[in-house]
Amino acid sequence: MTKNYNVQEMIQKNTDNKGGAFEKSIPVILFIITLVSILATIAILYTLISQSVEFFSRESIVDFFTSATWMPYSSDPEYGIWALAMGTFKIVFVATIFAVPLGLGAAIYLSEYATDRVKKIIKPILEVLAGIPTVVYGFFAINFITPILQSIYSGFSLYNATSAGIVVGIMILPMIASLSEDAMSSVPNSTREGSLGLGATRLETTFKVVLPAAVSGIVASVVLAVSRAIGETMIVSIAAGSTPNASLDLTDPLQTMTGFIVQITSGDAAYGSTLYFSLFAVGMTLFLFTFAMNILSQWITKRFREEY
Amino acid sequence: MQLIDKNLIAKKRNGRLMTNKILKWLFFLCTLVGLAVLISLIVDTLIDAVGYLDLHFLTSMGSSRIEEAGFYGAIIGSLWLMLVTVPVAIFLSVATALYLEEYAPENRVTEFIKINISNLAGVPSVVFGLLGLAIFVRAMAMGNSVLAAGLTLALMILPVIVVSSQEAIRSVPSTVREASIGMGATKWQTVSRIILPAAIPGIITGIILAISRAIGETAPLVVIGVPTTLLVTPNGFLDSFQAMPMQIYSWVKMPQEEYQYLAAAGIIVLLVILLLMNSAAIFIRNKFSTRY
Repeated sequence: MTKNYNVQEMIQKNTDNKGGAFEKSIPVILFIITLVSILATIAILYTLISQSVEFFSRESIVDFFTSATWMPYSSDPEYGIWALAMGTFKIVFVATIFAVPLGLGAAIYLSEYATDRVKKIIKPILEVLAGIPTVVYGFFAINFITPILQSIYSGFSLYNATSAGIVVGIMILPMIASLSEDAMSSVPNSTREGSLGLGATRLETTFKVVLPAAVSGIVASVVLAVSRAIGETMIVSIAAGSTPNASLDLTDPLQTMTGFIVQITSGDAAYGSTLYFSLFAVGMTLFLFTFAMNILSQWITKRFREEY
Repeated sequence: MQLIDKNLIAKKRNGRLMTNKILKWLFFLCTLVGLAVLISLIVDTLIDAVGYLDLHFLTSMGSSRIEEAGFYGAIIGSLWLMLVTVPVAIFLSVATALYLEEYAPENRVTEFIKINISNLAGVPSVVFGLLGLAIFVRAMAMGNSVLAAGLTLALMILPVIVVSSQEAIRSVPSTVREASIGMGATKWQTVSRIILPAAIPGIITGIILAISRAIGETAPLVVIGVPTTLLVTPNGFLDSFQAMPMQIYSWVKMPQEEYQYLAAAGIIVLLVILLLMNSAAIFIRNKFSTRY
């Protein structure tokens, strides 16, 4: 005896099941989980703003943004962010001077000159370099770069801007190299061939055709790297010292915004003290700097991108 | 009349070719700087570490006496930390990536979520530390526990895993998707049985790379207040703990030279672990990635 199947009924049954509560709830559940990333941003902003407001109710906000003296430990404490911001700028300056030419040189070599075999060897090295923890770079700065600098010129202090800055430069170098290389590789070969066909050398092609076409990507990569250098913490807290000052001397100890946060939190900032809240005011300033850099980088990429 | 002065062109050409050659080597040298740094970093650290890196170092707790100090507590502490960070980060970020790639409508909310994630990726790790300090350590009263630090690190690597998972999901071709839907599968059946399995090698690669970043991250741990010397390993998620990068940092900051050797030994252990994880990621990427 054969059982009679009603196909239409079966399809109907399955379709009803398709619109079931389970299937409908999936996007809702996933959306709620996605909101955690928004929540994280809100939490960061809320933390920084609310605790900074507490800080500025105790200390003058005008002094904070105009003064260049940072002496939180004195009996009459002064909180002038420029002493710390100058420290950050010195580090970023040295890092950029070091990393931009080398990073661009490496990017040009990889994109315009290197054979596929060389690329296959070099790129993993850059990836490994990018994956080294910053605390390791800090050790490298104080135990390798600083002694070398001191043997070249005895005026370098044990903690100085140059050593920390160079190593921060080493840290951001892979980023500049690989992002700039991506930008240059995306310039189509036809433009390159056009230039070479007219008799230009590879070098002339690189500088007059490829670089101008890739300039937005290259600048964006440098800005992004600067943002990373501003936020870099361990290298500067190990190798740059803890003496906030607004001088321009690159051989002296200094303190960056990130370095201050680490120094205070690894010591004993009593919860609720002005010193504790100053962490968040500094963190807020740091956040604004890096945020501005990230937005700038995104804007450059969008605004000046050459479409082929 | 001769329009083209062949001699002049030849003379100029030699100069141009020469500059090209010289600068080519200069660019090559720039590329080698990375290699040189890597070699000197490893050699310098190995030389410092060689007398201290032994079984005793791997099996002893931290100690105030240099000759007795070891890395065991830090290794176990880092494992505990990852026990919190990894599941939380994977759960949150893979779900987020799935939503953004498979379910999200094209509207302003979705656009905002995407922009927010790429900005979150640019927030310095020390700021995540401040978030952890104010929210997890203080407001939720977790103290400087495994849980507080693990959650902070999970939020920090969330954008990294989201972006790499999105790429992995996007690389599954729409033909596969359409075939599944065409066979009568529901959206979730397609996502869970077809798309996720196809994207999993890429997702895992991204996860491993993100975890290796989390293991080496120091700044948020300092800010949260992870202790520098601790003589016990944690027994639960609310216990205080020690972590590899934190222990290395506290040794590097010590004035006595012997501590630098201990730090070097710790760095070698950390680098070996990271290298193994990176190799695993590369292996998975090469072995399991399907090209459509």
